[in-house]
Amino acid sequence: MTDATDIPGRKPDGAWAHLLHVLRENPVTMLSFGLFAFFLLQAFFGALIVPHDPLATNAANALQPPDWTHWFGTDSLGRDVFSRVVVATRLDLMISVLAVAISFAVGSVLGAVAGYWGGWIDAALNRVLDTIMAFPLFVLAMGIVAALGNSIENIIYATALINIPFYARLVRAEVNIRREAGFALAARLSGNSHFRTLAFHIFPNALPPMMVQVSLNMGWAILNAAGLSFIGLGVRPPTPEWGIMVAEGANYIISGHWWVALFPGLWLMLAVFTFNLMGDGLRDLVDPRRRT
Amino acid sequence: MLSVTNLSVSFRTRRGEVNAVRGISFDLGRGETLGIVGESGSGKSVTSYALLRILDAGGTIRAGDVTYGGVDLRAASERDMRDIRGREISMIFQNPRAALNPIRKVGHQIEDVLRQHGRATRQDARAKAIKALADVRINDPAARYDAYPFELSGGMCQRIVIAIALACDPKLLIADEPTTGLDITTQKTVMDLSRDLIRARGMSSILITHDLGLAAEYCDRLAVMKDGEIVETGIAAAVFAAPQHPYTARLVDATPRPGLGLRDLLPAKARTPLPGHAPGERTLVQVRDLVKTYPGKSGPVHAVKGISFTIREGQSVGLVGESGCGKSTTSSILVRLLDRTSGDILFEGVDIADIPAERFVRDKRRSQIQMVFQDATDSLNPRHSARQTIADPILRMSDLRGARLTARIEELATLCGLPLPLLDRFPHQLSGGQKARVGIARAIALDPKFLILDEPTAALDVSIQAVVLNLLADLRARLGMTYLFVSHDLNVVRLLCDHVIVMQGGEIVEQGPTAQVMDTPSHPYTRNLLAAAPRPPVLAAPMTDQPAAQ
Amino acid sequence: MTGRTRAIGMRLAQTVPVIIGVIVISFILTRALPGDPAVYFAGAMADEQSIQQVREALGLDKPLVTQFFLYVGDLAQGDLGRSISTGQPVLTDLAMRLPASLELTLSALVLSCLIAIPLGVLAAVRQGSWVDHLCRLLVTAGVSLPTFFTGIMLVYIFYYLLGWAPSPLGRLDFIYLEPPRVTGFFLIDSLLAGDPETFAAALRQLALPAITLALFTLAPIARMTRAAMLQALSSDYIRTARAAGLSRSKVLFGYGLRNALLPVVTTLGMVFSFVLGANVLVEKVFAWPGIGSYAVEALVASDYAAVQGFVLAMAFLFVTLNLIIDLSYALIDPRIGFDTK
Repeated sequence: MTDATDIPGRKPDGAWAHLLHVLRENPVTMLSFGLFAFFLLQAFFGALIVPHDPLATNAANALQPPDWTHWFGTDSLGRDVFSRVVVATRLDLMISVLAVAISFAVGSVLGAVAGYWGGWIDAALNRVLDTIMAFPLFVLAMGIVAALGNSIENIIYATALINIPFYARLVRAEVNIRREAGFALAARLSGNSHFRTLAFHIFPNALPPMMVQVSLNMGWAILNAAGLSFIGLGVRPPTPEWGIMVAEGANYIISGHWWVALFPGLWLMLAVFTFNLMGDGLRDLVDPRRRT
Repeated sequence: MLSVTNLSVSFRTRRGEVNAVRGISFDLGRGETLGIVGESGSGKSVTSYALLRILDAGGTIRAGDVTYGGVDLRAASERDMRDIRGREISMIFQNPRAALNPIRKVGHQIEDVLRQHGRATRQDARAKAIKALADVRINDPAARYDAYPFELSGGMCQRIVIAIALACDPKLLIADEPTTGLDITTQKTVMDLSRDLIRARGMSSILITHDLGLAAEYCDRLAVMKDGEIVETGIAAAVFAAPQHPYTARLVDATPRPGLGLRDLLPAKARTPLPGHAPGERTLVQVRDLVKTYPGKSGPVHAVKGISFTIREGQSVGLVGESGCGKSTTSSILVRLLDRTSGDILFEGVDIADIPAERFVRDKRRSQIQMVFQDATDSLNPRHSARQTIADPILRMSDLRGARLTARIEELATLCGLPLPLLDRFPHQLSGGQKARVGIARAIALDPKFLILDEPTAALDVSIQAVVLNLLADLRARLGMTYLFVSHDLNVVRLLCDHVIVMQGGEIVEQGPTAQVMDTPSHPYTRNLLAAAPRPPVLAAPMTDQPAAQ
Repeated sequence: MTGRTRAIGMRLAQTVPVIIGVIVISFILTRALPGDPAVYFAGAMADEQSIQQVREALGLDKPLVTQFFLYVGDLAQGDLGRSISTGQPVLTDLAMRLPASLELTLSALVLSCLIAIPLGVLAAVRQGSWVDHLCRLLVTAGVSLPTFFTGIMLVYIFYYLLGWAPSPLGRLDFIYLEPPRVTGFFLIDSLLAGDPETFAAALRQLALPAITLALFTLAPIARMTRAAMLQALSSDYIRTARAAGLSRSKVLFGYGLRNALLPVVTTLGMVFSFVLGANVLVEKVFAWPGIGSYAVEALVASDYAAVQGFVLAMAFLFVTLNLIIDLSYALIDPRIGFDTK
């Protein structure tokens, strides 16, 4: 992000060493990054390593409790819950990562521009954000998916849209307090245009708090997507997805078939938990003040 | 009355135990005023919190005795301590506005203390609180009773804090940097007020401050602290005239006061001859009828009301005034970060006021007019190393690249006294003085003709201020720069400037050669400012070995 | 005082553009339906002619701007369209079911505030103690809990395994009669009717869904309380109060908590947003006959008028709640309306 890559004599960043340092400093960060790696492995290789076909039904073997062949038991159609839970990781992660990436990018640009220039741009943006925030966010996502159509892309767009205000507000505030900071004025005196000052001097300083927001949002995004599929929006059966699987399991909970809902729910919870724990670690990664 | 022996305080931090105070001892007699002086991090505030046992979380008194009127304060129960706080020993703090509960009426805050210590009942609390307000010379105390802190000025808030502290007639008042952040004239009013009240009530007091001059003026005795230890105690005038400890000597030297030259601020060993300084005759900057008006919610705000002045080549001009006088607005306009409402700024005879600040970035004169900012920490990008910071203007406004760029950066660092290994450090890894040097190196990177210094030493400890001021004088001589030195501190301006402009309420009330303005001020406001500056005890023997740089 | 009145007036005025924005978005959502809205609104059994009739009735043949004003006109008369599944006007349906949702949401909020605020305060006062660690663990775990999953697990434990809770179907077991409708809140109505048995039954039904929702909102409130209390306790004015010898309870509650509650009140707005969303999921899990499950049923039946009516109603509810929060904030914070610039 810095514009001074051509300065000679600057030591190599040592990003890898810094990552190791951040991990070693805080055991919680270590744990969360470890869990994240665990989920990434499932997302990339899950489909290759699962013992059963996640879509293969077997009516004779329906609703079997966990045993050595079906570690997490089977569902009402006799499908292997373990395989479905692992394979679902890719879809759930993809939805949340894409949604957060979109809201991060759009929110950053909008918030940075509004925070730096202020005036009518700021006022207009604030009105739009107020309007989005005037809806309970999950309800707005429901409305959007219902209106745009029931598809995974629309789940991603809806999730991204409801998260944009958080980034835009955060970046706006972070940029705004630094707009008149000495280093921003000094950058202007050093011959940087407004754009350069904003992009290379002010914005990078907003990254540490944004990283905390990113990690929280990843958690929300997964919860949101799972919630939408739980009420029958977005992902459709028989595609394995944690929210749908919990919804399917909900029908059998009253009769005591706990495993159908428990395992996808646990995975979902663990994923959200991982993202929430990662916040501080991500912040430390991008915060130069943590470097020693 | 108060006796402290061998007091040690430590704090638990993430990096282990830190000893903030290491075995200090002092005594305070009845009716006496003791000044505890030290630079930031010396442990002076922690000492005062330890006396009242109101240390922040993680702080503990490790060893020592504190006896007040025969009571062992270390051994006293928390309940007894509560009775002592406010009734026997009171305290006032820096940043008075923050020291008051923001959502409680000031009258109620005084009542809380009165009723806590049984000095008032529900019925007469209001009357007594109003009397306490009247005691600190607040006009119309009955009306102020209902005010919230945010509705009052900083000086007024400090009076309320004093009223709370003195409401229950304590015998000892501890003042922790009571005037930091207040304007110099307000500082004098507050200090005089508290001194008068302390005398009238026959109280003792402890003044904790970084300002040796202030302490020397208001205290009978001084204790100088450094790194958690008291290095010297003595009668104020004696400490000032003949410091025993080398650190005290350095502190005394570094405190600017009339009759001293720039080099006198440095330790005796470091006093090299000051380079000669003679302003030229050609006009570099001419400001004519400069006006700046901001649109405000309740009508336009006139920040600068048509000021004119001229700066000659090589001259150093001081721009002096209290907060809100328009000096910062003026300097922002001159450095072309802000557009003026009307008026001309002639730089080498050409009007640059018409070029919008937006476009001035690409003007060829951008590199000629530079600025050193007030807060060195705030003015360095936390994500850029010192090297990147100094390189920024060179990369943007010149063609120097590669080895020549490196050479130039290192030349600048050497010029500003920044050790080369520090160039790859980030701001948080540098000390205050080092950060100031980086800021100066960046400002002079392209050999500007005109350098605006916006209170460059306001956030620094005096010993570092001394070094930075001398560095600025050396650079001026070496590079032939013209300075506009913006400051609230007349004693500092006197050291560095040939010409002084005094501003008040957006107007220039007086300007002229430094000696003339300082020694025979014509405007009452200038006289006020001069009178408000702390006046250390007159020294028996002149310490100057050369005339001040005027 | 005039500054305050002006600030409150400004806050009221701010809702106007927000409401306009909400109406615009909701209009866009109704018109963005996949395919031809007329086909949806006409229903599954419609033929070419009735679709055309619906199109004209809805004004879908007119330009978009005209359609917008027609839409606003309908809204002004409380006309949100007619639900295909129930055959009732959407507004009537929503009004019937709103008390059920409100009863659930409010009892959950009260429950979580009762736990979260003392917990947050205690964690801040005893920073680093076991209460603090417990609070931090609860907070991180709490935001990670998918409400629908917590609900299902609670049903499994308390209904299937322990048998303490009644079956998770609706607001009242079928052996009881609904209390005469006054407020629509069963708890209040049964008390008004002097019927403690129905009250107890309604409370039993309410317990699990309310706990589920409360667990979800606990985390943000406790976190904010802890942070705000820590901030308040490290403020200079707390040091002044301690140096003046004020008692511990006065310092903690009179000075600390009073200031700390201000940011907590602001957080409540965000919490409402979460809780209204989570409400939908919890209602589905517990077959709670509120507007959330109404919307879910409507979604399944492609009953778009009902869904859009629900979204709009939720937005209005949320805007109103936020307005109430901000106005009460203005009442407790004297700084509101003071021009700090």
